[in-house]
Amino acid sequence: MRELVIIGSGPAGYTAAIYAARASLNPLVVASSVEFGGDLMNTTDVDNFPGFPEGVMGPELMMSMQKQAERFGAEIMYDDVVSVELSGPVKKITLGSTEVVEAKTVIVASGSAYRKLGIPDEDRLSGYGVSWCATCDGAFYREKTVAVVGGGDSAMEEATFLTRFADKVYVIHRSENLRASAAMLERAKNDSKIEFILNATVDHIYGDDLVSGIGIVDTESGAETTLDVSGLFIAIGSDPRTHVIHGQLDLTPEGTIAVEGRTSHTNLEGVFAAGDVVDPSYRQAITAAGSGCVAALDAQHYLEALTQ
Amino acid sequence: MSEARAVTDASFAADVLASEKPVMVDFWAEWCGPCRAVSPILDQIASEYADKIDIVKMNVDENSDIPMKYQITSIPTMKVFKGGEVVKTVIGAKPKPALVADLQEFLA
Repeated sequence: MRELVIIGSGPAGYTAAIYAARASLNPLVVASSVEFGGDLMNTTDVDNFPGFPEGVMGPELMMSMQKQAERFGAEIMYDDVVSVELSGPVKKITLGSTEVVEAKTVIVASGSAYRKLGIPDEDRLSGYGVSWCATCDGAFYREKTVAVVGGGDSAMEEATFLTRFADKVYVIHRSENLRASAAMLERAKNDSKIEFILNATVDHIYGDDLVSGIGIVDTESGAETTLDVSGLFIAIGSDPRTHVIHGQLDLTPEGTIAVEGRTSHTNLEGVFAAGDVVDPSYRQAITAAGSGCVAALDAQHYLEALTQ
Repeated sequence: MSEARAVTDASFAADVLASEKPVMVDFWAEWCGPCRAVSPILDQIASEYADKIDIVKMNVDENSDIPMKYQITSIPTMKVFKGGEVVKTVIGAKPKPALVADLQEFLA
């Protein structure tokens, strides 16, 4: 039986792995088969992670964290968690390969999943003009007009990135208050290719085989207009990814895993949680990393107490 | 990157459309994280089901005619061709069991 299994390989999972490996817990990181490295794998420049005065590329940062964890003996497994049994002294984690891993402690750092708009045709046209990943799909919109929905940092990053290819980028947000940081907002606002449409929501996506336009509603007047766009990039935030632990761990009203105070303790002994999956408010790489550190230390103390 | 054979705009008709066996084309690019994530999974499927399906890859940076013709707007996109026609489209990186399930009709 293992001392510790870490579910997730974003900044929280890998930081937990670095601390746990250094504490000789030989952690197993279940990194996911296709989403290893977490959300930062789909970003470009990360300019706010301390220690990188010139910025760092998201994938490069995650590969560095992984190597750092491996250097101290963390084991990385590129598979997905299918189900878990977290109560009792022996935790069981079933993987996509059907292998069952047993562990004394588990850190859940499963992150979050992109939020959808929840409007008709969003799923049908997903991959045909509707996208959640500008860095993956932006290059298909050379000299085209596209729209980004959202008002946070990720929406600004997507919009700014898309100007490399697109002739025109609309940023559509439901209110006047943009959550994005001043630096990201400034960069987007100074970009002549970007036009903001505020107090507006997207309620329709048009197109037979490919997106040809969107319908937007002014939230103040209720007026509806149609915008001709070839691409719609959705960046309206994300929801904690908790389906695998549903019914076993307590959740908060926001849907994140409930932890005690500033610790990573969940309602079950030996089960800890860290990163975006516990964080309804900040959701930064550095806060996730900090919370991964907390979880590794909590797990280490718990294991020490078991042997005494 | 993937060990799959690369096809190009120029070789597409011969390598894919004229093939007797079903061929899955993985449309990818160097800068696409999910493409890099899914490519080892495609390699595994290609070697496990070598008698059923060929898996090839097309770099969308180096080739534009075929990606445009088949309206690729998102990568990775994987299209299965049989008798010169698209018979299946899978969009986005998925875990191996999900991909194998998507491709079941060609792998059985």
